[in-house]
Amino acid sequence: MRESAAPQGGLNDAIDRQILARMQGDFPICERPYAEAAAQLGIAEDELLQRLERLLADKVLTRFGPMFQVEAMGGAFVLAALAAPEARYDEVTALVNALPQVAHNYRREHTLNMWFVLATETPDGIAEAIARIERDTGLTVHAFPKEREFFVEMKLEARL
Amino acid sequence: MIDDIDRALIVATQGGLPLVPRPYHAIAEQLGLSADEVMHRLRAMLESGVIRRIGAVPNHYAIGWTANGMTVWDVADERVDELGAKIGALDFVTHCYRRPRALPTWPYNLFAMVHGASRDECSAKAAEIRALLGDACRASDILYSTRILKKTGLRIGS
Repeated sequence: MRESAAPQGGLNDAIDRQILARMQGDFPICERPYAEAAAQLGIAEDELLQRLERLLADKVLTRFGPMFQVEAMGGAFVLAALAAPEARYDEVTALVNALPQVAHNYRREHTLNMWFVLATETPDGIAEAIARIERDTGLTVHAFPKEREFFVEMKLEARL
Repeated sequence: MIDDIDRALIVATQGGLPLVPRPYHAIAEQLGLSADEVMHRLRAMLESGVIRRIGAVPNHYAIGWTANGMTVWDVADERVDELGAKIGALDFVTHCYRRPRALPTWPYNLFAMVHGASRDECSAKAAEIRALLGDACRASDILYSTRILKKTGLRIGS
């Protein structure tokens, strides 16, 4: 999924764009939620299900479902980074990604070139995951726990 | 806090909702619960904030946001909370946090994510943040993501 690569499949038409614009939240909790959401888009339930399946298969969507706030369930969520030597980058990526506690991981342009988010069910899980990554990779992990959150609203509309 | 049934619901749905006409009924059947209880508990978790929202999680790159920059700022401690609130309120900032510095490697204590169709667009947004910070800002950087290495979201064990 390199930045330069053109998306495969992608957003085919105005309905796909509507799905992106209007379905990033507020999915109904009722007996036939897809039928309800489809009605709002002016399409049939079947068509919405097929489109979601395709958008997921084409990796336009990474997931469709609930997004959890791990801190609200007593867990912890911490941003961390390390400096992986270029020659070992793929190996270190595999070691870091192998931990289920790693929810997201991005390559970034900086000496600290690998930035990942640890999400664990208990606050102690963070230190354990960091110790494990340091042991497996032999690299120092810098943890950047949030001290204050000013705003979080991750809903991006399509730009295509 | 959550109980064992909530936890089972999280494990069953963290990879996504079933793409079937009655997804909550499908989950109920899988867990041996009633559909009413599944829906009631999901509503309660939305209410308490355990579920942030239910819907589509897009891949930024695939929907045209090809430049994703983590802007980082070294802001005077006594002003960082006041200025962080202003930056978080900018409509183009999707996340904004105060975090600890890691000296000497990392002098930055304020993080704000900006997204654009190009790096120029991100730099223009960073310039707006810079202008707001004024002389409280001592140093800054933008770390562009060049590859998604993993994006699964939360995964707790069953």
